[in-house]
Order: sequence, then C-alpha cells, then structure tokens
Amino acid sequence: MQHHLILRVITKLLVGMIILFAFYVQFHGDFSPGGGFQAGVIMAVAFILYGLVFGLEKVQGVFPPWIVHKLVALGVLLYAGVGVLNMLLGYEFLHYGSLDPHHMSHGQHTGIIWIEAGVGITVTGVMIAIYYAFAGRPPRLGDDDW
Amino acid sequence: MATATEVHHTALTLTDHLPILQILIPFCTAPLIVFFGSRSLAWPMAFISSLLSLIIATTLLVSVSDGSYISYHLGGWAPPVGIEYRVDAANAFVLFLIAATATVVMPFALKSVAHEIPKRNHTLFYACFMLCITGLMGVVITGDAFNVFVFLEISSLSTYVLVSQGSHRDKRALTAAYDYLIMGTIGATFFVIGIGFLYMTTGTLNMADMADRLQGQGDNRTVQAAFAFIVVGMGLKVAMYPLHLWLPAAYNYAPSAVTTFLAATATKAAIYVIIRFMFTVFQPDFVFDTHILIWIIGPLALLAMFAASLIAIFQTNFKRMLAYSSIAQIGYMMLGVAMFSTTGLTATMVHLFNHGITKAVLFMGVGALMLRAGTTFYDRIAGMGRVMPLTGAAIVIGGLSLIGVPGTAGFISKWVLVQAAFEQDLWWLALIIVASSLLAVIYVWRVVEALYLQEPHPDAIHKEAPMLMVAPMWVAAIACLYFGLDTRFILDAAATAAEGLMAGSAGMAEISTAAAAAATDH
Repeated sequence: MQHHLILRVITKLLVGMIILFAFYVQFHGDFSPGGGFQAGVIMAVAFILYGLVFGLEKVQGVFPPWIVHKLVALGVLLYAGVGVLNMLLGYEFLHYGSLDPHHMSHGQHTGIIWIEAGVGITVTGVMIAIYYAFAGRPPRLGDDDW
Repeated sequence: MATATEVHHTALTLTDHLPILQILIPFCTAPLIVFFGSRSLAWPMAFISSLLSLIIATTLLVSVSDGSYISYHLGGWAPPVGIEYRVDAANAFVLFLIAATATVVMPFALKSVAHEIPKRNHTLFYACFMLCITGLMGVVITGDAFNVFVFLEISSLSTYVLVSQGSHRDKRALTAAYDYLIMGTIGATFFVIGIGFLYMTTGTLNMADMADRLQGQGDNRTVQAAFAFIVVGMGLKVAMYPLHLWLPAAYNYAPSAVTTFLAATATKAAIYVIIRFMFTVFQPDFVFDTHILIWIIGPLALLAMFAASLIAIFQTNFKRMLAYSSIAQIGYMMLGVAMFSTTGLTATMVHLFNHGITKAVLFMGVGALMLRAGTTFYDRIAGMGRVMPLTGAAIVIGGLSLIGVPGTAGFISKWVLVQAAFEQDLWWLALIIVASSLLAVIYVWRVVEALYLQEPHPDAIHKEAPMLMVAPMWVAAIACLYFGLDTRFILDAAATAAEGLMAGSAGMAEISTAAAAAATDH
C-alpha cells in the first residue's frame, strides 16, 4: 500500500513542526495566548495526524497505549505534586508564591510553569487515549460484507 | 520586578490543611493507582485512602460540631476572589457519611468487584471509584458555586463509567449508564446556567459573598430564573420525583459495590447542594416567598413517597425494588425541606444519614445474594436467607430500618419528620407519613418472604457469602441498630446543621463585613 504519497510526505514534514509549535504554545503560554491545554491538544494532534495517515499500528509503535495511560496520570500527579510541595513549605495548597517566599511573583511564575506542564502532559495523554479508543474499535462491517 | 520583601508567614500545620486533604487524598490516589497500574496495589491504595478520608472527616465533624466553621483558601487567595473550602456542621455531616460509606464499602468491593468485573478493568475501576469519592466530597466541601459544578462533573463522569461496568454481567448497564449520562448532563447544564445567572447578577462566585449580594434583589427575574434552573438541575441529580427516571436502571445494572456506594451517597450529596443553595445562597425568606416549597417540592415529595413505594411493591427484582424505594425515601427528605422549619431540616439531615446506612446494608445484601444466586429476582433468591443466615439477618435489619421500626435508625428520622409535622399542626401529614411507611412494610415483607419462607432454588450456590462481604454488611447493620438506640450524636449533629442552615447566610458574617468594607472603599 503506497497510496497517498503527497499526504505521507507532507505529514512527515508537518509532525515535527506541530510538536515544535506545541512546545512553543506550552512555554510561551504565560506571555501570550496558550498554555497547557492548548499545547496538549496540539501535541496530540501531531500523533493523531500520524495515526490517520500511517495507521493505528504505526502510531502505537511510537506511542504505546500503556505509556498514554501513565502520562494521563503523571500530568495530574505533577499538578497535585506542586500543590503538595506548597503545603510542605507551609503555605496553602497551590500557593505558588511559597516556591520563592522572598519574591512571591517569581514563585508564582515557577509554579504556573510546572502546573501548565502537568496540564499539557495530561491533555496530550487524554486526547491520544480518546483517539486510540475510537480508532481501536473493530468496524461492525468489514469491507467484504457490503 | 518584585523586590525582596520580609516574609511574615506562620507555617500552616497539618490541622490547617485538613479541608484540602479531605479532597486531595482520594484525588491523588486515583492517578497513583493508574500510574502504578498494579492490580494488586489498586485495592489496598483505595482502601487506605478512604480510611484516611474517614479519619479526616471525623476530625472535621468534631471540630465544627459547636456550630463554628473552618475556611480554607486555595492557593492563598482569600475569598471572594479565590476558591474557598468551607466546612460547617451541615457539610461536615455529609462528608462524614460519604467517607464512612466509602470505607465500609471498600472491603465489600474486593470480592464483589472480583466477581462482577473482569480483571483487566480492576485498576481503572478503583481509580474511577476514587474520583467519584473525590467529586462527591468536593461538591459538599466547597464554598464556591462554580467549584460545585466542577466537582459535580468529576463525580458524575466517574459515576457513568462505574455504572457502565455492570455491562460485563448485563449489557443493559450500557443503556442505563447512557440514560444517566444524558439526564445527568441536562441536570448539570441547568445547574451551571443557574450559576451563570447568579454570576451575572452578583458578579461573584463565592457562596457567602453571593448570598450577601443577593439580599435586596427582591423580584429580580434573573435571580428567580437562576433559582428555578438550580432546583431543577439538582433535582435531576437528586432523582427528585418526577425527575427520577435514570435512577432505577442505573442502580439496578451497576455493579453491586457501585450501587451500594451511590445509593448511600450520590443523591445525598445532591440533596445537600439543593439545601445549601436554598437556605444559604438564596435566603430562606426568598425561598419562602417563591412558594415553591408548598406548591412544588412538598406535593412532589408526597407523590414520590406513595407512587415510588407502590411501584416498589410490584417489582420482581430485589435490587430494582430497592432503587424504587430509594426514590420514595428521597421523598421523605424533600418533605423535610418542604416543611420549612428547623425540625423539618433536622429530619432531612437525619434521614440523609440513616437512609444512607440503611441502603448500604441492603445493597450489600444484594451484592452477597448476587454472588451466590447469580441474580436477585425473587424466585431466584428464594430460601437464600436459610442458607445464608448472616446475610439474611442483615437484610432483615436493613429492611426494618427502611420501614422505620422502633430501635432502628429509620425510626429516628421518621420520628423527627412526624414531630416536624405536629409542630405545624399538620396531623394529616403525620398520618400520611405513617401510611407510606406501611407501604414499605409490604415491599420489605416480599423480600423476607422470598428469603425465608420458600424452598432454596437448586441453581444457587448454597453457601454463606465470604467474610469480607459479610463483615462490612454487619458493620452497617449494627450502625443501623446503634443509631436507632443512641441518637445523641446524630440528632445533635443534624440539629446544629439545620440551625445553621435556617439562619440563612447570617453565619457567614465575616465575609459580609469584609465585602462591605471593600464596597465602601470604592
């Protein structure tokens, strides 16, 4: 099966750029529109596009389902972990200022970057998991059944 | 750039963090279970987490039992700007019910889940269970109106998944979960529309601040519409008659452990939210002026007590019968609200708790019967009381409590409800309450008759349920008896909660004065 030559070449070119753009949206999120959620969706789009063009097996070779599950959990744990760290430092849950008590605003900055990283990881995982769940369903009717 | 400033901060201690830990512990357990992905670790983690929740909930309940409250500011942002967790007598009571039920159900779940759900789903099942607990407790603990919606969604989404897990035994669980999803989503949407209207009117999401700013809004149509949306939306989650259509199927087809937990907690948390909004956010006077209690909530509650009980009588399946009986019992709780008195609300709070433990016993009994008889149709569980004496006896105790026989927990709540009726010289209402309890006698008798007075079905496994199932069942059954005899704890807690609620937002004076001070500054 070597159909859709243009699609395959363009996809290969685009996947890298989409991932790069995802990182841009992720880390530039505190200065411009964007942040963890958008970045996570864009990141997932790169893999979903790859899966759509090259097939589910190929993309699951790159990104096995078990890793997707772990990522979903890891992002949430990272988010909550920052909050717990704030608690251990003697402040309220998610009081990022505690990360740098002498410069509260610096602490806020550090905190939100980690929080957004957690959001990004989880959203990436969830989006890919949803795609896997739908794409992985065997079709009710095979091509020969028509 | 900020310059270095002197830090004046007293480190918070573990005690200060209790309100957030109440939510955080089950919440973090869910991703941890998924992250480790170990089937053998999932259950112990879930159990330890619910046990810790129970310890925290008990501590919170004790510390607010004098009518005070605890406020926790998330992220250090003071309300009304930040999200606030506010624990007072009313919600500490519901938190305790949720945590206690979770802790009792967990040991029961081990065998029951192993029997009813395929192995590969176990880790995710327990993760969902933890999220469900998180959501329900979050709905109850938060003092932020929008946060209620967020937690409501967490609990609802995980509940849909949990209900659908019954599909490995009966495919109809999928349609049940789907129905619940549609109804629950409509309910949540209505609720959030109501919150939106309130936000439009008041410009705040903090409940106490909202209550303060709503005063003097009088005939504002937006506020009235918000009230209508919130009551109908939460009414769907409560399964308030006639918005109950999702409940029988969801309870019937969900795995036994899930049904036990949901029946004892989910609708109760929703009732708490309705009460909280009626009496704290909207003032009691506002609710009274809309006449909704007399003309809508009250009559529907009475209808539920009779219609649902009658349907329960004609069921042929034990589990489905209990689901309809739950709808009837929700009627009693709403009736307590509709009476619009401190005693009435006390009855609601007491029944919330007592019905929770009663249904926990009965649904655990259902789970045990399911394990041995395979199904809970009356003809199949025939005679099982004789071959499973411990399970049978627990079911009888639960049944008596459901009827409201003196000496059981169910009696206390109905007694307070009847007292509330007499307080307002509504003797006919007292008669109606007693009459509807008689209907409960009929449907409970049908179960007892099937369990004891018939020959055991040959296809059933003639063996007592495993100890891990019987023990939690008996813990709940003994709680049923204990709270029927020693009523001090429960009546005091419920009365404190009811007094706080009937006082409207007066108990939230601290924020009101702060908001007033801020208003004069501008």
